[in-house]
Amino acid sequence: MLKVIKNRLEQGHRTTKYPKAQIELYKRFRGLPKIDTKCADGLVQRCAAACPQDAIDTKTKQIDLGRCVFCGLCETLSEGQFVKFSQNFELGTSSRDDLFTHGDLPALAEHSQKHFKKLFGRSLQLRQISAGGCNACEADINVLNTPFFDLQRFGIQFVASPRHADGIHVTGPISENMRQATLTTWEAVPGPKVVIASGACAISGGPFHGSPEIVGDLNSLIPVDLYIPGCPPHPLTTLHALLNFFK
Amino acid sequence: MGKLLQIQNNERLNRADIPHLEFDVFRQELVDFVENGGQIVQFFAYEDQGAMKLLAVMRNDKLFVAGCDGPDHFDSLTAESEKFHMFEREIGEQYGLKAEGHPWLKMVRYHENYTGKKDVFDNDYTQDIPGNYPYFQVEGETVHEVAVGPVHAGIIEPGHFRFQCCGERVFHLEIQLGYQHRGVEKLLQTVPFKRLPIIAETIAGDTTIGHSLCQSQAIESLADLKVDEGASIVRTIALELERIANHIGDLGALSLDVAFNPPAAYFGRIRGEYLNLSQVLCGSRFGRGLVRPGGVTHVMQEEQRQLIREKLAELTPEVIHVSDLIFTAPSVLGRFDNAGTVSHENGEKIGLVGYAGRACGLPYDARVTFPTECYGDLPANTNEKTDGDVCSRATVRREEIMHSTALINTLLDRSAEAASYIPEEIKLAADSFVVSLNEGWRGEVSHCILTDDKGEILRYKVKDPSFHNWTGLALSLRDQGISEFPLCNKSFNLSYCGFDI
Ligand code: SF4
Ligand code: SF4
Repeated sequence: MLKVIKNRLEQGHRTTKYPKAQIELYKRFRGLPKIDTKCADGLVQRCAAACPQDAIDTKTKQIDLGRCVFCGLCETLSEGQFVKFSQNFELGTSSRDDLFTHGDLPALAEHSQKHFKKLFGRSLQLRQISAGGCNACEADINVLNTPFFDLQRFGIQFVASPRHADGIHVTGPISENMRQATLTTWEAVPGPKVVIASGACAISGGPFHGSPEIVGDLNSLIPVDLYIPGCPPHPLTTLHALLNFFK
Repeated sequence: MGKLLQIQNNERLNRADIPHLEFDVFRQELVDFVENGGQIVQFFAYEDQGAMKLLAVMRNDKLFVAGCDGPDHFDSLTAESEKFHMFEREIGEQYGLKAEGHPWLKMVRYHENYTGKKDVFDNDYTQDIPGNYPYFQVEGETVHEVAVGPVHAGIIEPGHFRFQCCGERVFHLEIQLGYQHRGVEKLLQTVPFKRLPIIAETIAGDTTIGHSLCQSQAIESLADLKVDEGASIVRTIALELERIANHIGDLGALSLDVAFNPPAAYFGRIRGEYLNLSQVLCGSRFGRGLVRPGGVTHVMQEEQRQLIREKLAELTPEVIHVSDLIFTAPSVLGRFDNAGTVSHENGEKIGLVGYAGRACGLPYDARVTFPTECYGDLPANTNEKTDGDVCSRATVRREEIMHSTALINTLLDRSAEAASYIPEEIKLAADSFVVSLNEGWRGEVSHCILTDDKGEILRYKVKDPSFHNWTGLALSLRDQGISEFPLCNKSFNLSYCGFDI
């Protein structure tokens, strides 16, 4: 018992004050990219050709954050002249089109559908579906339940049964072998319900795009309400998106 | 076993130099090899100019390779030794070559084979998973079956579990996977070269460094790229950080599974602190974008060294205290001890790797036996507790956290700094073979690459340690109460996506 108390004292209170206080992530973290549209075409083309995800459009000089895995190669290649990653982790959007960006995402809070805030603003229960990814997305969702983030203090919970849920939170590129289970789980959630695509996989197939073994794009299966980019999205990216979209 | 060729980890060979044996000779060599305590690193089929071939990489304290033609039907090796069982199922599924007499020939990941040959399992893939999959059944009046999944009650990957029970007691657990299959090996063989590192990093997200090390080392060997000492230091630190983060998270989760909550809360947070150290190294909590053929993308400078050093100094006492809290609580030990035991004999028979193997007295650690990067001159960890139960697996992991911490501290004192990373055009040697092994946090990770006469990738084979160890979890449930499942499961914490690839 003494040990329990000693450990308790050593651990203290560790929950972040976010969103009341801001959190600075380490400078190497790659969040929202800033793009210099005046960058020479040649350099943009080099970056686009090297991008493993083919996420760079040479004409518009935009990055598709739905495909990007934030590997940082374009920043390295262009020595920051074309792309520079900021530490801004606020990446969620309500539309797929907004993810094609020069680095200026619309404020998510204003693009939420009003009835979602009314319905789920005080209490949101989500069923997580893991559908063919690499499990890092799931790992960084689980982290939200640790004392540092303490998701439940916002009235948001991940629940075991779709019957208890207000929506689904999907990770992974929807492997063919998970297509039916994904649909069945979604159908089991009572309406009105929300659909969240989390991570490059669920948005575009991510690292596995083009494989015949995956669906590759959740929206082609079920209409998506909220997109959370990243590979995986930082826990703060998810937290920001959930708070702004529903609160 | 004179006919297998001895090779080195990450050594490039001309494919022509690999012994190509008659099938019967090949079969006998492998059977003899495993009978003498040897294990299988890789055993797979591939297609070469329209002909089917088999290739095997074996290990005892050395590595060996041999190949043969791949007959459409062949005498199962599993009939002689359990060690081949999963490999032969995979060969059947991927290339349509049937192991005749295999006692348990069922699909592995549920997909059409690559060759258009008749499906070995008679599956119709327009039907949903699992197709023709006769689950093992125990019959009797008091026997009942419990089926769980694929979608589980939590934030966890999908998989299907079938328990054959008498009351609470489990006779047998069958684990049927495949839901996370996304065609990784086929992608690796067909997509533009630039995509390879990203796919390697996402074979199993919690083993990002383990898998990307294997890929990078294999490519470095095929392309004759040298890695400087500074980069090796960063790679080794990254692999050990990955190990610590996962071990800590799982020890916390094990504590939660026996209803002792405080350590779970503490270790849940502390695990995040270690992930954040990976973020200091390379900007990603999972080590994404760090390891690339030729080196590492981020140089570790004094600033990062210092940040990591200070954080480790702060966290290590906390880790010691929380571990002590777990391992001295009678309510914890009462549940950990003698739960989910896999005997040494069975562990050897199914080729358990990693901490699960070490916990039942199979000392194999690829860092020691086939060292890469900085491991050649670093001390090894020797675990004493080898009862094969949950407690042994947890104890090994507790020790490994401290061992890895010591390794990182040693490496932080080495001053070599990696050269800045400059991505370059990479050309692989033609008609070559390489196999790469690294000790990921779960155990031996291995990638094997064969190139064709143009230096294109002909076959890319991936093996996650989970490929061996899922069978271990199934065995650990024998004669246990079904309520012990979460505890046993967490004590292995295997990868679904790493298995399903
Ligand atoms: S950071 Fe994104 S856009 Fe840049 S190269 Fe990597 S995947 Fe492509
Ligand atoms: S988006 Fe990236 S991190 Fe998430 S599941 Fe897919 S590969 Fe893994």
